[in-house]
Order: sequence, then structure tokens, then C-alpha cells
Amino acid sequence: MHVHFLDPYRPGHSSIHQLDARVKFILTLAFILTTALTPIGAWPIYILLLAWAIIVEILSELGVGFVLRRAVLALPFVLAALPVIFTVPGAALLSLSIGPWALTITLPGAERFISIALKSWISVQMAIVLAATTSFPDLLTAMRAIKVPRLLVAVFGLMWRYLFVLVDEALRLMRARLSRSGESDREDLKSGGALIWRAKVAGGMAGSLFLRALERSDRIYMTMLARGYDGEVRAAPLPPLSRRDWLTLWLCLGLLFAILVGAALF
Amino acid sequence: MHHSIEIEQLYYSYPDGHQALRGVSLHIEPCEKVALVGPNGAGKSTLILHLNGILSGNGRVRVAGLPVVKENLGKIRARVGLVFQNPDDQLFSPTVYDDVAFGPIYQGLPPDEVRQRVEKALAVVNMSDYLQRVSHHLSVGEKKRIAIATVLSMDPEILVLDEPTAGLDPRARRSLIKLLDNLDITMLVSSHDMLMVRELFPRMVVMDNGSIVADGPTQELMANEALLKAHGLEAP
Repeated sequence: MHVHFLDPYRPGHSSIHQLDARVKFILTLAFILTTALTPIGAWPIYILLLAWAIIVEILSELGVGFVLRRAVLALPFVLAALPVIFTVPGAALLSLSIGPWALTITLPGAERFISIALKSWISVQMAIVLAATTSFPDLLTAMRAIKVPRLLVAVFGLMWRYLFVLVDEALRLMRARLSRSGESDREDLKSGGALIWRAKVAGGMAGSLFLRALERSDRIYMTMLARGYDGEVRAAPLPPLSRRDWLTLWLCLGLLFAILVGAALF
Repeated sequence: MHHSIEIEQLYYSYPDGHQALRGVSLHIEPCEKVALVGPNGAGKSTLILHLNGILSGNGRVRVAGLPVVKENLGKIRARVGLVFQNPDDQLFSPTVYDDVAFGPIYQGLPPDEVRQRVEKALAVVNMSDYLQRVSHHLSVGEKKRIAIATVLSMDPEILVLDEPTAGLDPRARRSLIKLLDNLDITMLVSSHDMLMVRELFPRMVVMDNGSIVADGPTQELMANEALLKAHGLEAP
């Protein structure tokens, strides 16, 4: 029994899947940067960016619904921007009074909040497409190609590899606990135990998981040493990009730049 | 008395689509000791996880006289002592006492009775001196015995063990076999240890590829070399 639900990668053969991971990675970053730099209230530009995202989603054959559902997961983070509704000065739209406090929603504040929400929603969609169409090892290669520090890439790689092992381990622990969570046949007894006791048990489980992760990391390190690891992460050279990949890269970067210029003039 | 396992036409697929059980039927009488053998990935562990409702597939499973359905899970988990292959999964508390006491405390037994149960269970596995030891620092053999004590403290009617002798040195293995031999309780044990199977279990069930391919007296099946070979097993 293994855990798969954490892995966002959806195998496929669409043109987006086949695009080189480095190109996808750079373009996703550029897309998110463009979206972030687009000024507040530039609605036509947002529609353009959203259309772009949806075209990519259709090309990726993941299904627009799939990406939109996943994108909902990012919505709670947008709430962090909620205070701007009240803090940006401008024409009052609505006034709420809660006890001695009065909160005023301003028009520019609402505009800014909706812009931020839209921009993060569009950006998240593109990030989801990247993660769903690119396997993690390919993503690591892409990070290496754009000169993310090698040690950091190695840490990401190890984390990805052992996260599943750790989650599996946690599931097995919980399963063992469940197996012994029984109910006596005696009518006068209430099963479940006291809340504090249950919390203690959960704490013990977390502790033992931590100890095991620590021990495992020691063992992994020893297996690395045994194969000659000296603290320096080395990697095989990257294969060259095809002409089609180069073309896609420059074309999309050009388009994004044009959108950015358009947004600045807007 | 109804200490038995009755499984009829059990099917189970994992969420990723892998079909792990393809119509398994198995009956085990009270106080019968049965070995479950078969290659890795045959579905032995999956089958075992159905006995206390951790997994639930399509089919009929009755354990200790109760159908394995949601309303009965609490009672069933108290009656089936399931010992996992890796004792580290089983032992999640800081001390041996806490771990062995988990089942009885969960059932709501009064503290005196919990203590009695723990002492009795540890005495059965010959680990009475380990009451306040830290589970983390025990040897594999010791952990295995404590893991068995953690379910014995629940006074189960059926003991189910997944690969009990895996990773044990000869002495720890021998003492575990002796321990299992002395327990007078319905037992279903999955194992690759054919020597132990021959020594301890009069009846043997062979699983391969999600179904039971043979079920009969151990002596007879062990003599059938063609059968064992066909399912990746070896006679001891």
C-alpha cells in the first residue's frame, strides 16, 4: 500500500507534456512574473492572461475542470489580501459597523482585492499545469538548468523521494493504532480513552516518526558516503534543447513581453 | 463459542486500480492454527487487513461471529489481535508499558485491570522486566515480542500475524516459535518461513496473484513440489 495522492503529476502525451521541462519551467516563471507585474484593474490584460492559461490547459489534455478544481485549493491564501478592501483610501462603497468599530469598504480597495485574487488564481492555474504535466525528476533537471543552487536541487530531490516513505510510515503507524482501537463487550465501559491520553499517544507517534526520519537520514547519508559522496553534488550534463523547444520558448517570452508592455501602456 | 474466520468471495482493488484480491474464500475453525504462504504481492497482507476492517472490499467477511461492517468495527478490533510485520509500526508509544496498555485503555478498562492485563501479556511473552523500557532501544526480537504483547493485552479471540519471523536471528526466531506454539488461540500467520510453517501449523493456505490456490494439510502441500514451485515457494 503506497501513497500516490500527493503526486500532482498526471502522465500524458499532449504537446504540453512533450515540451521540454526547462522551457515549461522558464515560461511558467515568466508567466507568473508577467501576471504579478500587471497593474491593478487592468481587466483586459487579465482576460488575455486567463485565456492563455485556459488554452494551455486545453492543449495539456488535463481538462480545464481538473485545473480549476485544483486551483480552488489556493483560494484560502488569497484571503491574506482581504484587509486591502478596507485599508486603501478612496470613495466609500459600503460601511460595516461591528460594535465600536466601523469598517469601510472603498472602491479602490475592492478593485485591488479583486485584482490580486484574479492574478493569484491565474498564476496558480499555470503552476498546476506545470506540476501536472512535468514529472518531478524533470522539474529538478529544469531547476538545475536555470542555475538553482545544486545543493538546493539535491535537497528538493531527496525530500520528494522520502516524503512518500515518511507518509507511508505515518499511515502504517495510524493503521496499527486503529487495529488496537477496540470496544469491550462489557456494557459499562466507554471506549476511546480520555482526551489527554489520546493527545499523549498522538504525541508519542509524532515523536517516533521524527526519530525514525532522523535515523533514516543517517542511513541514507551513510549509503551516499559508501558510494563516494564528498559533499559536492554532481550531475550529468543536460541534453541540448530542440529547435521546436527554442522556438516555443522565444515565441512565448516575446508574447509575454508584449503583454507586459501593453499592460504598462494601459 | 464462535472464534472463527469466515470469508466468502472477497474482492478488493486498491485505489490505483491494482486488483489485490480476486474472490478469496476461507474458513478457519476455533483454535485452528493456519499458515498463509505465497510470494510477495500475492495479497496476503491485503487479506489480513480485511480481518479487522482496516480495508473493506466486496464480499462477506465474518470474524469471531460478527460480520465485519462499520457498526461492529470496535468490537472486532478488540477481538482480533493484528500484529504487523514491522514492530516499529506497532510500537508507537514512548515506553513498553504505554504500548501494551494502549488497547485496554482505549477500551475504557479501569486502571487496575489495565495494569493486570499489561503484566499478564508481558509475562506470556517473557518480557516482564521490560515494563518501563523505551521501545525505541529494544532489539528486533524484543520488539516483536512486545508487539505481540500489545495485542495479547486486549484478550483477543483471534491472533493474526504478518511475517512474525522476518528479520529475526535464530535464537529470537526459536523463542518466538515456542511462544506461538504455547498460545492456545485461533491463529492465522502469513509467512515465508517454511520451516516454521511445517513445525507449527497443521494447515496451510497458499495464495498467489490475489486468490487462494491451495488449502490443505501442511504435510501434504509441502510434499507437492510442483505446486510450491509454480507459486515461487520452496519446501524446507
